[in-house]
This record gives sequence, structure tokens and C-alpha cells, in this order.
Amino acid sequence: MKTEKPVQDGSYWSLFSTFFKIGLFTFGGGWAMISIIQREIVDKHHWIEKDDFLDLLAISQSLPGILAVNIATAVGDKIKGGRGSIVSAAGTILPSFLIILFIAIFLTPDMIKNNKVISSIFMGIRPAVVALIIAPVITSAKAANLKWKTVWIPLVVALMISLDMGTVSSPILYIVLGAIGGFLLWWIPRKRIRN
Amino acid sequence: MSIYWQLIWAYIKIGIFGFGGGYAMLSLVEKSVVGPGWISETMFTDIVAISQMTPGPIGINSATYIGYVAPGSVNPALDGIGWGLLGSCLATLAVVIPSFILVLYSSHFIRKHSESGAIKAIFSGLRPVVVGLIASAAIMLMNAANFNPNGINWQLWTNVAICAISFCLVFFPIPFKGKTIKLHPILVIVMAGVAGYLIYGL
Repeated sequence: MKTEKPVQDGSYWSLFSTFFKIGLFTFGGGWAMISIIQREIVDKHHWIEKDDFLDLLAISQSLPGILAVNIATAVGDKIKGGRGSIVSAAGTILPSFLIILFIAIFLTPDMIKNNKVISSIFMGIRPAVVALIIAPVITSAKAANLKWKTVWIPLVVALMISLDMGTVSSPILYIVLGAIGGFLLWWIPRKRIRN
Repeated sequence: MSIYWQLIWAYIKIGIFGFGGGYAMLSLVEKSVVGPGWISETMFTDIVAISQMTPGPIGINSATYIGYVAPGSVNPALDGIGWGLLGSCLATLAVVIPSFILVLYSSHFIRKHSESGAIKAIFSGLRPVVVGLIASAAIMLMNAANFNPNGINWQLWTNVAICAISFCLVFFPIPFKGKTIKLHPILVIVMAGVAGYLIYGL
């Protein structure tokens, strides 16, 4: 482990450019962002701590909307408040907005779809994106400080969701259960002491 | 002009009811934009294909593209770059703003009560779940579309190797000029893209 640096303050511009870079290299949705965000926001700029980032992921995933934008909003708000969240959300959205606009104005769908160069590049990128999601499983497991008593939770959650069986595989269900479980573990002993 | 209101309304709904990210959102998008005849079914499949071949969340990609083409396809008088641009901006903002406000309010509420025992307890229960959520995202992406889209054996093993090497490169520190560095995930994506071109494109 390297020595932990204190949490740093960033400018709006560095927040915007960081999230623009993240948006530009996010392939395959919000989860693929996590590796890049961790490297940029937590390791490089020290804008947030690892376990705080995990809490922001929990908020982003439990609300509706586009996961990547939710993560950017929550992280931007944590670093620079309301204005920071506008800056980071805009940074995440702009690359894809501009690229799609360019395609819509100047190209036809067939020019992209049947382009051998682009499709061969993406044949290579897709398996790498999966690796970029496996890596934060391990780093977040460390940040969540899993013990023998809690390590079954992520295993069961991952199994149930990936079985893809409708309602019992809904991520929201496990977020609600996790929140209730955490609350009860705190509340029940407290109540006993009072009585 | 009513097409713009319809676009805004459709994408606000997608932004509010689209739980579970990208592909879970797609059926909702399909119903809202193919149903009213803004774009054809083939066009929709094309947009999905393009979204997979460009960076960024699929929700944004589809809002920008459909916002651009819908006005012209519904009313020939609105066929032009200016009208399309207006549609893209409105649809993209409409899909983003509801969840933006929700995230902002919730994180402010949570920060205000961050010292409360109940909030701390809730998050201590959520952390192991989030680890499971990330793991499930990884498991669900280990599918044929990502590893073996053409059903060819050597391509499957090549892609498994690309995945394994990428993992090692981002995860394990490499000795470099006397110190150890970990490769940046963006660099790994670029390298995988180059590898894909060299292996499949030449």
C-alpha cells in the first residue's frame, strides 16, 4: 500500500476535463467507468476516498436513469457541490453527444455498421471492457472491508442477479435488502440496550 | 412543433423509469420511439449497433440520434440540421435531467445526515451489495456477444486472452524505471482496440 494522501480540491476545469476523458473512453455502460473513475478520481487526483466512492456507487445504482450520468453527478457533487455535478455530468455526456451528432449529420448508419476497421477494433475492446469490470470487483471488495461474516453477501447478490430470473434478479431488490439489513443490525442492539 | 414536446416527454419518461442501465432501458426506448413512428424498426436496430460502436452510455446515444432524426421524419418541414440539432439537445437534456435532480437531492440529503447512525448503518449494509452488483455486471458481460460474436473457436480463445491480459495490465503493478506502475485503464482500452484491429481487421 502506498501512503494515503489527503483528499485534494480540484478546479471546475479539471473536473470537466477528467469526466470528458472518462466519457470518451466509456464503452459498454456505467459499470465499465468504475475502473477509469477509480484511477482518475481516487488514485490520481485524490478527490475522494475509496469507501466514499463505494457509497456514491450505491446511491447512483439505486436511483433511476443512466448509471454513467448518475455516477458522474454524485461524484461531481461530492467534490465541488451542485455546480460540480453539472460540470461532471456535462463532461460525461458531451463526448457521446458530439460523436453521435457527427454521425447523424454527416454519415449514414451503414457506414458505421459495416465498417470493418471499426468493428475489428471493437472486437478487441469488448473483452477488455469485461476485464475493466472484473478489476473493481476485487478493489471494491477490499474497500468494503469484507469479513468472513459478510463475504457471502456479494456472492449471493452476484449469483442471483446474473441468473437473470426477473424480479428476484433485480438489483434494486438487493439494494433495498442491504439497506434494511444494515439498518436492523444497528437498530436492534440499540433497542435492546435501551430496554 | 408538437414533435419536440413529444420527444421531451418520451425521454423524461425513459429517464425516470429506466432502471438498471443501458440494455434494460432499450425496450422502453423502443416502445416510445418506434411506436409513434418517429423511426422505423430497422433504424432502431441500427442505432443500437452504432451505440455499441461508439463511446458513451446507450441512453445518451439513442436520445441524441433519435432527437436528431425524429423531427424530420415526422414533419418534412423540420428536415434540416438546425431542427435536428434542437431535437438532439432537447431529447438528451430530457433523459438526463430527472435523474440528475434525484441524485443531487439524495446525495445532499445523505450528506446532511452523514453523521447519523442510521445512515452509516444503511451504507455499511449497502457496501457488500455494491461489490456483488459490480461482480454481476462482469459476469453478465461474459457472453457470446462480447467474446464470440461469430461463433468461431480461435476467436473465442483470442478474446479470452485479451480479457485476461487486460486484467493483469490494469490490476498488477509493473516494474518500470526502478518503480512500479499500474497501466491506466484508458491505455489498456486503446491497446485492446489496436490488438483487435491487428487480429481481426487486417
